[in-house]
Amino acid sequence: MSVNVFVILGMGLAVGFISGMFGIGGGFLMTPLLIFTGIPPAVAVASVSSHIAASSFTGAITYWRRNALDLALAAMLLSAGIVGTATGVWVFTGLRALDQLDLVIGLSYVTLLSVVGALMIYDGLRAEIRTHQGMPATVRRPGSHTWVHGLPLKMRFKRSKIYVSVIPVWAIGFVIGFVGAIMGIGGGFLLVPMLIYFLRVPTATVIGTSMVLTLITMASATVMHAVTNHLVDAILALILMVGGVIGAQFGARAGQLMRGERLRLLLGLLVFAVGLRFAYELAVRPDDLYSLRHVGSG
Amino acid sequence: MRRALILLLALIGCGAQGPALAERLVVSLSNHQVLVLSNFVGEDLVLFGTIEPDAQTTARASGYDLVVTVTGPRETLRTRRKERVLGLWVNVDSREFVRVPSYLAVLSNRPVGQIAASETLRRLQLGLDNFLLTQRVGFDLADTVPGDPFRTAFVRLETQAGRYSELASAVRFLTPSVFRAAIPLPADAPVGSYTVDVKLLADGALVGRANSELSVSKAGIEQYLAEAARNSGLLYGLATTLMALLTGWIASIVFRRD
Repeated sequence: MSVNVFVILGMGLAVGFISGMFGIGGGFLMTPLLIFTGIPPAVAVASVSSHIAASSFTGAITYWRRNALDLALAAMLLSAGIVGTATGVWVFTGLRALDQLDLVIGLSYVTLLSVVGALMIYDGLRAEIRTHQGMPATVRRPGSHTWVHGLPLKMRFKRSKIYVSVIPVWAIGFVIGFVGAIMGIGGGFLLVPMLIYFLRVPTATVIGTSMVLTLITMASATVMHAVTNHLVDAILALILMVGGVIGAQFGARAGQLMRGERLRLLLGLLVFAVGLRFAYELAVRPDDLYSLRHVGSG
Repeated sequence: MRRALILLLALIGCGAQGPALAERLVVSLSNHQVLVLSNFVGEDLVLFGTIEPDAQTTARASGYDLVVTVTGPRETLRTRRKERVLGLWVNVDSREFVRVPSYLAVLSNRPVGQIAASETLRRLQLGLDNFLLTQRVGFDLADTVPGDPFRTAFVRLETQAGRYSELASAVRFLTPSVFRAAIPLPADAPVGSYTVDVKLLADGALVGRANSELSVSKAGIEQYLAEAARNSGLLYGLATTLMALLTGWIASIVFRRD
């Protein structure tokens, strides 16, 4: 595999900038970019996991210093997250043996990114229209009680000041872990909205908590991918990390200059565009219909 | 050139010899041990050889032809073909090529097709098209016909990657009986032992044969990492994770704002 070091470093910087700006890990951008550069999807997914572990660790430390972490909530999400990651890595291995891994990675990206992107664009546009009409941009959330709050096994999370059933917490943890292992994304851009909408986690603790979860699921995904598929490329990961953490610092500063709703609209457009790019990739006749996969030596 | 001649003189008398063949073929490689470091950009190995006609055989009027086949360590690969399913391009069909060379170079003094009749070429496995590439068919293993689409695609992809090659002018005759061949090793030459099979033909028939071997081994940090990734996945994964945490921690210190 020969890819220019500076191209990778530049991609790390660019994605780091975006991740710092929007407060996300950036895996959903990094993995596709690597794939479009010609790195095999399997290697990209496995190596990006460690890159996200690095950037979310930086974030988690920052939030820990500000005392904005809910460790109890993170631990509950995590217990299911690890199971989700292990299941994801197992499915990943199976799909690779069936030669359908690239297709599933592609399809997952198309579905997830276009749906999430469309929702974000819708939300962002609505906020834009509201500001134009002179109304406050943020819509007040509907009543704080939903069906989620009727589930049993309730638990109190002091730091976030919520009292919810552990069932949705586990479900969210599992989904994030599973999706992360298959797609090579930290899932921050999914986890944050899920925590806000389903569990009503306050904004004060949501990002920090999500970063702790991302950190641990991605760190364990790196180890599991290295053990089962031997696909992690440490050199590639290191270059990405270095670019990513530097870019994130500048991105965070740029993000503070922009209003939250506009930021979300922009992120939505970005997410949607990446989803479309994947759809294009799957729908257009490839240059070469044939490809090789190494099965074994000897 | 002088070095080459000394090499040749030293070699005469220790070469391989086919039992029932008329010509004695003596070959030597410039280097039997190729050490690939991280700055390796590929290398041409040089093969020298001489042809000694038997006392009984008269000089051949039409001259000699040489085909050198270099094969790398064996591996198993799957060739997959995408087809359109519900508007999407999906890997539908695939064939497994079992224990095929990870490196294959066919060097000759003129296009292989001109050297002998196609029947002879096939029997002697001369040229990329005639090399035996075993394919798994159900539970059996079988050779493939040269026109098989999966075989064609396999050879094409390997050729594009620089691992397979057929070079029709890589063998040069320095005198009518002394020859030299350049074996191109790519930068990502597979590690392992290679065999060099030299076949001498005259008038479209095999008249001499010799073998040699070489080994490619890697050294340096990249090889160390590649081996670690394969042999001790857990340790490698933990080390990568530790590296990630360290990078993240350093970044949080360096860019600390509060």
